Amino acid sequence: MDIKPVKDYFYWLYYQYLLITCSYVLEPWEQSMFHTVTLTVFAMVVYTAYVFIPIHVRLAFEFFSQIFGGQPESTV
Amino acid sequence: IHHIVHNGGLYKKPFNEAFEETPMLVAVLTYVGYGVLTLFGYLRDFLRQWKIEKCQNATEREEQKDFVPLYQDFENFYNRNLYMRIRDSWNRPICSVPGAKVDMMERVSHDYNWTFTYTGRVIKDIINMGSYNYLGFAQNTGACQEAAAKVLSQYGAGVCSTRQEMGNLDKHEELEKLIARFLGVESAMAYGMGFATNSMNIPALVGKGCLILSDELNHASLVLGARLSGATIRIFKHNNMQSLEKLLKDAIVHGQPRTRRPWKKILILVEGIYSMEGSIVRLPEVIALKKKYKSYLYLDEAHSIGALGPSGRGVVEYFGLNPEDVDVMMGTFTKSFGAAGGYIGGKKELIDYLRTYSHSAVYATSLSPPVVEQIITSMKCIMGEDGTTFGKECVQQLAENTRYFRRRLKEMGFIIYGNEDSPVVPLMLYMPAKIGAFGREMLKRNIGVVVVGFPATPIIESRARFCLSAAHTKEILDTALKEINEVGDLLQLKYSRHRLVPLLDRPFDETTYEETED
Repeated sequence: MDIKPVKDYFYWLYYQYLLITCSYVLEPWEQSMFHTVTLTVFAMVVYTAYVFIPIHVRLAFEFFSQIFGGQPESTV
Repeated sequence: IHHIVHNGGLYKKPFNEAFEETPMLVAVLTYVGYGVLTLFGYLRDFLRQWKIEKCQNATEREEQKDFVPLYQDFENFYNRNLYMRIRDSWNRPICSVPGAKVDMMERVSHDYNWTFTYTGRVIKDIINMGSYNYLGFAQNTGACQEAAAKVLSQYGAGVCSTRQEMGNLDKHEELEKLIARFLGVESAMAYGMGFATNSMNIPALVGKGCLILSDELNHASLVLGARLSGATIRIFKHNNMQSLEKLLKDAIVHGQPRTRRPWKKILILVEGIYSMEGSIVRLPEVIALKKKYKSYLYLDEAHSIGALGPSGRGVVEYFGLNPEDVDVMMGTFTKSFGAAGGYIGGKKELIDYLRTYSHSAVYATSLSPPVVEQIITSMKCIMGEDGTTFGKECVQQLAENTRYFRRRLKEMGFIIYGNEDSPVVPLMLYMPAKIGAFGREMLKRNIGVVVVGFPATPIIESRARFCLSAAHTKEILDTALKEINEVGDLLQLKYSRHRLVPLLDRPFDETTYEETED
């Protein structure tokens, strides 16, 4: 039954988030509003990262290998 | 980083003062927190303005809405939107004598701190880390209490007159002679209220055409007294002697602003211990500067009298200086003596002048007789004249408690401001939510602390301020330290990046340098 320390740890992380963003002092309805906005922004950031970062990384890798490699490897 | 100063041999022992810098990440997150609060503050103000939500702070009546506004709405923005939310950490009602442990009335709020109701329960034996009870004289038993009770039955409680009229009791004369002897000055005068001592006597000493050089972080009473006097005020950086010397040089060289005449008087206002920072004034350097530039020194020893120095005579004795070098020595009885009121000590001509020209002496009611007796008894106890060594032990106990407590907190990794020997210990919190959280968590663990935020401190440097007492035994301090450690881990308050290696058994001031790891 060792789920309790894990739950306590996550509760402690949530408490730190409340303290740092100052939502600890807000009333419950203000907290819900703030959590909604934060989660929305965070979800959008994660989605953007998921969609765009692999493509950007691959393009950057090709660009730099073209400069430094420079061998006749055609990308056609 | 600890600075040890050896300024041409002015200091007889090392002067260790440290103000660790705010970590960058913590500062950024604090501003983020204040940003969130500001946004929600605007939202709530909007709701209150458009009557979607009930407005619970003071507003004018309906009939007066067209008049000039009476309540400055924006200036109370901070008050309404942050202070109200965490207000339950302040103004807590206590119902016993504020000694090492105190009883507190429990109160709850059902509308987010706009109103409080008492549950009727009394929380007993809360460890008191917030009272200015440095030598432990806040007691309701013992020699002081018996003497005060006897005087109460002899003189009554009220004086019903000012010092100048019919309020000059023989007890007051006895007290003033005792204060003069205690401080080592020629003469002294006692007033009913410490704040009023500063704010009403500085106008009597300086006026227009004089210059006041006041420290950046001086107390409100000194600032108010300086402003009331009408003199020109210039501020020097906190405890910074280069800044003070530059101001003195400019004052002497350039004189008054338009007419270039020499200043009538230059008065330097400093405090012995600054209660928000825990720092001690660099008194040897200030006195050297004062003598060099021929100005006067006003030393406010509100927190340092009784708390510093080998026999409790204050910051002058702590540095081993001559009390006659300080022109006006002011102090209060509220902190180390467990009473109320303030005093001013100095040369006989100065005190005789103040007896006639000070507003406090002429208009304010004099000290109440039982309070006077409490001061007399406690002062005699500190001096050792009551035949016991109780006073000396208290002073030594306070010094030991201070060193132990500060060292342990630094080892745990908190950022502590101030001098190693000051019994006022500010622990930095920084983030606004942690101010409320710290106060509440400590109360849950039965420890009462004072937390301070803006406007008493700069906006990001909010802190919890511990005031140590000779009444705290080592067990009480250990309990408190254990709880502070827990709360520090819970709230992630251990910001310090300078880790002190734990000492084994050696005295602290000899090994400061070697022990610090960066």
